[in-house]
Amino acid sequence: MTTFDPYAPSRDTTEGKVFSVTGGDWDSLVQEIGATKEERVVVNMGPQHPSTHGVLRLVLELEGETITEVRCGIGYLHTGIEKNIEFRNWTQGTTFVTRMDYLSPLHNETAYCLAVEKLLGITNDVPERASVIRVMMMELNRISSHMVALGTGALELGAMGPMFFAFRDRETVLEIFEMITGLRMNMAYVRPGGVQQDLPEGAYTKIREGVKLMRKNFKDNATLLIGNSIWMKRTQGIGYLDLAGCTTLGITGPVLRSTGMPWDLRKVQPYCGYENYNFDVVTADTCDVYGRFLIRMNELEQSLRIIEQCVDKLEKLHGAPVMVADKKIAWPAQLALGGDGLGNSLDHIREIMGTSMESLIHHFKLVTEGFRVPAGQAYAAIESPRGELGASIVSDGGTRPYRVHFREPSFNNLQATPAMSEGGMVADIVAAVASIDPVMGGVDR
Amino acid sequence: MFGPKGTGDTSGYGGLVSKVITPGSSERPYGGYFDEVADNLERAYPEFSDAIERVFIDRGELTLHIKPEKLVEVAFILRDSLKFEMCMGVNGVHYPEQTGRELHAVYPLLSLTKNQRIRLEVSVPDSHPHIPSLVEVWAGNNWHERETFDMFGIIFDGHPGLTRILMPDDWKGHPQRKDYALGGIPVEYKGATTPPPSDRRSYK
Repeated sequence: MTTFDPYAPSRDTTEGKVFSVTGGDWDSLVQEIGATKEERVVVNMGPQHPSTHGVLRLVLELEGETITEVRCGIGYLHTGIEKNIEFRNWTQGTTFVTRMDYLSPLHNETAYCLAVEKLLGITNDVPERASVIRVMMMELNRISSHMVALGTGALELGAMGPMFFAFRDRETVLEIFEMITGLRMNMAYVRPGGVQQDLPEGAYTKIREGVKLMRKNFKDNATLLIGNSIWMKRTQGIGYLDLAGCTTLGITGPVLRSTGMPWDLRKVQPYCGYENYNFDVVTADTCDVYGRFLIRMNELEQSLRIIEQCVDKLEKLHGAPVMVADKKIAWPAQLALGGDGLGNSLDHIREIMGTSMESLIHHFKLVTEGFRVPAGQAYAAIESPRGELGASIVSDGGTRPYRVHFREPSFNNLQATPAMSEGGMVADIVAAVASIDPVMGGVDR
Repeated sequence: MFGPKGTGDTSGYGGLVSKVITPGSSERPYGGYFDEVADNLERAYPEFSDAIERVFIDRGELTLHIKPEKLVEVAFILRDSLKFEMCMGVNGVHYPEQTGRELHAVYPLLSLTKNQRIRLEVSVPDSHPHIPSLVEVWAGNNWHERETFDMFGIIFDGHPGLTRILMPDDWKGHPQRKDYALGGIPVEYKGATTPPPSDRRSYK
């Protein structure tokens, strides 16, 4: 027996001997496990483990280094967002859904707003400029999300350089977000009926410069990883999932496209006017981690193309409204930058406080009580960076959602972990999970 | 803490109780590809009129209300004959005032081959919340059904391992049901106490 380790004791249970691992005790652990006769070892990976992509817990049954069974434990980040929304008005709902999948907040908001607009019957009344801004913001968000997927994915496989480049480029996007919405994440920028405010002065220039910079910078990661023999050995043929596996498991997004299926909701079921943009659906036919990696790399360029087209359109639409004309739905105040930071525009304050009693009542009713949404249910699906993000919303005709459910691609796609990793090596499950790119905020909601 | 109690209106301002009104059956023609879907299903499934309680079109979406005991049969036909290869999961909705059919399960289906979407809906009474599991039809429904069980207490018969998924294993109750309060804890700050969300007027 080895010396007693007070921080990593072992104890006998009915299921067998249980070892606690705290780090730095590898030698003593190996000795102790070697002393047992058991061939089969159950390893608990996570929920606090650097390579499980957030608070994901994986229970692995191992024989040697081969995984015989995987189970995922989730729920560690469950915050009851769907329940909470039922107690707020429809506009406040955006501030909740934006916090679900925290790497793609604008996709969550847009899916939610598209479903609410469907219930309100105003889908065609949303101004064109608002739709173009939504598309542009979503594509910027796709870049920032893919950057985390690529950077952390590479980091988890031991490549540190790509993460630095990825987070440098992500910063470019986040600065644009900060300029337009005031926030780097959880913006609540997309609102039922349009967007919260118009682009600030200088936004076109900043976005154009950002696109130019990113197009140049993306080459760094491409040269580091594409064709890199270590990277290819870690990713090629790993995490295999074919088309039949994807359809039965309901997998969408880059994982589905890595089977050669050109399924992208932006093309096949366009929303927000995606049919008016030129871009390609990126696919691969390898069904493995490398294919998904290549898809994400190439989707970056497609997103840049869409963003450039958006800026062109926005310049032509300069000054057009960004919110529906219906005053019973549109937020009454326009925000303006005052001396003390963001606030209501002084013109609006002057109107409601000084000149029009009716405006004051209208403002008060809409802000405190909110608008009513006709009863019924709607499902709106968009292509988030991880796959089909669907918002199922039920209204009872009141000022608050009756039920909001998000069909989260992370939640669904994480089910593919056993199919991708059982029979493989322990080290490969890290690559497989990274290629699914689950965001635990979205999984647990 | 403040205000009237028991009106059911959570906004605290309108004083009105709103009821969920589900639309009645739609009349043919349904429009778009919905007629084609209904025709094909009737042809492939002779018991159509017996198994499907209502077909309605609302906001450009087709919903088929199916009797719970026929769900698996219909699902197999939809998958194999009508090419709805994917089920985008299931979500529950709790309508306490619909006596005898309080709990609904909603399944959005997607056809990759035909680029179509439809929705299945099943309702069961609160006293007997049993729906056959669709995991054998679409394996991806596994976690979605566990989530719906966790949140609503709907029991999916035949599910390979129906346990809680988001809430802790020993949790009491099913949080997304309407009779489950929002809850929360009081917050104390600088000597003043803010009551838990459930007790605040604006959340009642």
